[in-house]
Amino acid sequence: MEAFSSHRGVVATLDRANVDTDQIIPKQFLKSIKRTGFGESLFFDWRYGDDGKPNPAFELNQPAFAGASILVTRNNFGCGSSREHAVWAVAQYGFKAVIAPWQDRNGSRVPGFADIFRNNCVKNGLLTIELSEAEVDQLFDWVERFPGVEATVDLEEQRVILHMDEEVAFHFDVDPVVKEHLIRGLDDIALTLEHEADITSFEQQHETQLHA
Amino acid sequence: MVGKTLFEKIWDKHVVKTMPDGTVLLYIDRHLVHEVTSPQAFEGLRMAKRAVRRPDLSFATMDHNVPTTTEDRMTIRDPISAAQVEALRTNCKEFGVNLYDLQSDHQGIVHIIGPEMGITVPGLTMVCGDSHTSTHGAFGTLAFGIGTSEVEHVLATQTLRQSKPKTFRVEFTGKLQKGVYSKDMILKLIGLIGTAGGTGYVIEYAGEAVRALSMEARMTICNMSIEGGARAGMIAPDDTTYEYIAAKDRPFAPKGEAFDRAVEYWRSLPSDPDAEFDRVLTIEADKIAPQVTWGTNPGMVVDVTDRVPDPHSVPGHSVKDVEQALAYMGLSPGTPMTEIPLDTIFIGSCTNARIEDLRTVSGIIKGRKKADSVRVIVVPGSQQVRKQAEAEGIDKVFIDAGAEWRHAGCSMCLGMNPDQLKPGERCASTSNRNFEGRQGKGGRTHLVSPEMAAAALLEGHFVDIRNWAA
Repeated sequence: MEAFSSHRGVVATLDRANVDTDQIIPKQFLKSIKRTGFGESLFFDWRYGDDGKPNPAFELNQPAFAGASILVTRNNFGCGSSREHAVWAVAQYGFKAVIAPWQDRNGSRVPGFADIFRNNCVKNGLLTIELSEAEVDQLFDWVERFPGVEATVDLEEQRVILHMDEEVAFHFDVDPVVKEHLIRGLDDIALTLEHEADITSFEQQHETQLHA
Repeated sequence: MVGKTLFEKIWDKHVVKTMPDGTVLLYIDRHLVHEVTSPQAFEGLRMAKRAVRRPDLSFATMDHNVPTTTEDRMTIRDPISAAQVEALRTNCKEFGVNLYDLQSDHQGIVHIIGPEMGITVPGLTMVCGDSHTSTHGAFGTLAFGIGTSEVEHVLATQTLRQSKPKTFRVEFTGKLQKGVYSKDMILKLIGLIGTAGGTGYVIEYAGEAVRALSMEARMTICNMSIEGGARAGMIAPDDTTYEYIAAKDRPFAPKGEAFDRAVEYWRSLPSDPDAEFDRVLTIEADKIAPQVTWGTNPGMVVDVTDRVPDPHSVPGHSVKDVEQALAYMGLSPGTPMTEIPLDTIFIGSCTNARIEDLRTVSGIIKGRKKADSVRVIVVPGSQQVRKQAEAEGIDKVFIDAGAEWRHAGCSMCLGMNPDQLKPGERCASTSNRNFEGRQGKGGRTHLVSPEMAAAALLEGHFVDIRNWAA
């Protein structure tokens, strides 16, 4: 997997909450047996009209967002189906990072991304960043005022910097395990196989309860 | 020492190793595999020249793409679907994985055949490249969905690198009213906590109303944990669980002395009385009404006696999101839920296509005809369910009512096969997701219990089944 440290690119906004993986990549594209070719189908039903042409009303089709590589969206992004095809589509479209707000609901922190989606992102070197709702609101405001504005996502420093006449920066928290994983671009399976002897000895004492 | 939860007992028993970064290598007892999320994983193994570590613990079937009509089932016309199904065959053969192919009596939705064959028992760790893997938690097992990269990881190592999730106990007190079912319990919970309310947690469902449920009904609740954001939902095993497992025709379940020993172990699994949870919630089951979704996520749900909500009055959703949902659904605020005319009734999916679901629906509609305005599709969850239903004459009840009686598969739950809604069609569905386009582009889905779907297929619209006479 490609290592991630810092990335600068155009910011696009998608002002929708609870974007599920069925929207990110609809069912008809899950029939592929390959790991590539999903970028063109990202947000397919929203992005294209019935005539197959880009839908001008869809946010990401705005000319200012052409070539965008940082996506700012609303809470609970990537909910629903576990399909990793959704992450492949987001990454192959060209996004390197997705930003969504965590929420405070009755005193408990609700993450900005669905669990399985977030996990799948880590496996594919796609960075998910959670900011507060107020901070994400600010990002939406800035992008609306300066469409096509660029930002830098710095994973080492855990900062998002919006490049305007005056720079605006936001700090983000990140799971240290995820940070290490992305920065080093680790291959999980190879890492786990370094512990193969432990797996084998675990198996010798473990009851899998399978009777055939 | 503080007691342990059901989840913690299972988690602790499966830790191969704790890593310096605090994550653990968790051993996986069962890996279920289907055609959609596995081809890239097998390809990854092939490219790295790796084998499947424990093919004996891996079980595959095809369910998502499979046509459900007798004439189309064996020869899939869509060449891309056919290629994906064929890839599963090739991969299972090459890597030695158990496959329940289309000719098998055991083919069906992966989450239906696991419990049916005794692959699912209490105290396990189970995964599948499918978010509804949470279903198996109904047996008191830790079961959760994973992505394709993790599928490959499990195939290669029989383990997963995991951070420990938090625990969330949801207690349903009291007894359900007549006409209210487990589907209503889980929809009610999702309505309360929202579709992200359970993110980061494993939910344990407890309380009198949960204890009273059959295994089938428990599976419905655990199945939809993911719709509340929780990767896993669990219910402590009890005599209901053991009786289900002891039934004949569960080839992988322990038998005889092995069964007795297993039960002894399983009895140690329920959460200790002094176990602590990170979060708790109590819901009065006796106050729950039949639920119907009105929007485009499962948290957009109301009592059947309610009306389509005003965009300004939906907690946890922005006005814009509600307006978008209502526009997609073609609904106006203030419309009584019982006055929404339906075009299609879908009875199926890993949520509600077990034999008990079909028995209940057929019991309600027996001797009656569907409303003229609706098309009714009944898709058993597995070929075993289909066979059992036919042995009981349930197929005749459906056919006489004017319904289409199909073969097993995921079918119109997600429309990867030819079973899809047309744009604008409105469906009462026993499935799990009402996302935009889920059942077909432009299709409109209302999630309900099988009993609510049964009444709706006779009436052509929703009714409050608590005071409705067929």
